Amino acid sequence: MRVDPRPNGIASPALTAILADGRRRQRNALAATIGGTAVIVGAFAYAGAFELHRYADALSTIGQLAADSLPPDFSRLPHWGRPLLETLAMSVAGTVLGAAAALPLGALAARNIVRQAILGGAARLFLNVLRSIPGLIWGVIFVAAVGFGPLPGILALATHSTGMLGKFFAETLEHVDPGPGDALRSIGVSRVGVLRFSILPQILPRLIDVTIYRWEHNLRAATTLGVVGVGGLGLEIVTAFHLFEYREASALIIVLLSLVTLINIVGARVRARLLGGL
Amino acid sequence: MHDVSLSFPNRTITAVVGPSGVGKTTLMRTLNGLLPPAQGVVSVAEFGPLDNPVAWQEMRRRTATVFQDHALIDRLTAIDNVLLGLADSRHPLSLLPWPRSFRIRAAQALDEVGLLGRATARVAQLSGGERQRVGIARALVRRPRLLLGDEPFAAVDLALARRLGDEFRHLVARSNLTVILVLHQLQMARTLADRIVGLANGRVAFDGSATEFDASAEHRIFGTATSEGDFLCPANQEREAI
Repeated sequence: MRVDPRPNGIASPALTAILADGRRRQRNALAATIGGTAVIVGAFAYAGAFELHRYADALSTIGQLAADSLPPDFSRLPHWGRPLLETLAMSVAGTVLGAAAALPLGALAARNIVRQAILGGAARLFLNVLRSIPGLIWGVIFVAAVGFGPLPGILALATHSTGMLGKFFAETLEHVDPGPGDALRSIGVSRVGVLRFSILPQILPRLIDVTIYRWEHNLRAATTLGVVGVGGLGLEIVTAFHLFEYREASALIIVLLSLVTLINIVGARVRARLLGGL
Repeated sequence: MHDVSLSFPNRTITAVVGPSGVGKTTLMRTLNGLLPPAQGVVSVAEFGPLDNPVAWQEMRRRTATVFQDHALIDRLTAIDNVLLGLADSRHPLSLLPWPRSFRIRAAQALDEVGLLGRATARVAQLSGGERQRVGIARALVRRPRLLLGDEPFAAVDLALARRLGDEFRHLVARSNLTVILVLHQLQMARTLADRIVGLANGRVAFDGSATEFDASAEHRIFGTATSEGDFLCPANQEREAI
């Protein structure tokens, strides 16, 4: 049913425009729904998700693998202390190094801090490159550059973390209240002083919050990096799988899960303390 | 703003009044250097025109501003915000805690605005009036020669506004202080200021002593009925309230 755009017989251009806008939005929503659905279905089809014969033996294979993994074999537990510490050290050092590099780069990328479009654009492009290359690729690159062991792991985690945290930091900086900074500028405080005395106190809880999230992420990523030879628990897990020692692999996964859970609990407490005080 | 030429003698209180959007805040931001004038110059008798960064820096060292929206950092305590009034005396990369002498000065400033008991409360926990007083304390802690205030009493009740006004008066009397305040309470402007500057349509429509600020001056500035004009004009109602 069409609504008469001329109520009471009086022409109303505003009402006509409102109704036209409504029809346009409806058309756009329909087109977006059809287009979005097509993309999603296409993605599943391309990945072979609709080739049902491939699922035929999947459940029984997973069941067999699970059965072979039980009970977990902790007999080599005393040997896992060092890999465990390596993984933990990689996550801590990689996160700290990444956050330290992300802070100045994030400041350069923030549009309200650096007005020069070229400098800001270059910083944003650099951060984009750092986070667009997956951590595993960075791992391969740094293993080639500095050899095996936790060091390439630290560098790979730090590089990817810089890209992610730098973007977060830049966005946080862009949403900072300029009022306190104006108050400082009005008494002659330098730009560095404004950053130190006004901006940093405002954003510090958020920076620490995202950095802790990144640490939790890096702990899991450090394990994955074991695949490319950076040591740690990841290497132990991959080796156990290669040797078909599924019971040992499941024990290692339980150790890893315990560590991740512990870090999550610590991180949640620190975050609650920081953000709860606001 | 156009053709605005004003001079502010030492040890006086000037109130700037006018309808919303007339340029009162622009004038304050021009005087504290946040908004350089498109044309013209700000000049200080002591060291001439402020046409270079060194002169501005000298001016800023002697200036403090109370901002309309407080411009405080919510997650810091009241005293930490007041200490920021002294940030120009610290190296920006210093990681040392604020010196004891600075803390004492900040505590004194909070005492002057009646907030010493709330010194360690976070600003986010303070009422609008308390936040305004922290903003005033942050200006007073500088012991400025020029105190600028953009609606410094907007969020405080009348009794406290009068008390703070008296405090400004005492400061002017006992130190070499010059005060320029944007005020929307006309009665407050009349009782507190030595001189009133009325802005209308981006120009100076009245410039004279507070006693000369009569109904016709009020009409010249707020004459055209705007919604805020209606709010600003009823000085008689305000008198009754006081």
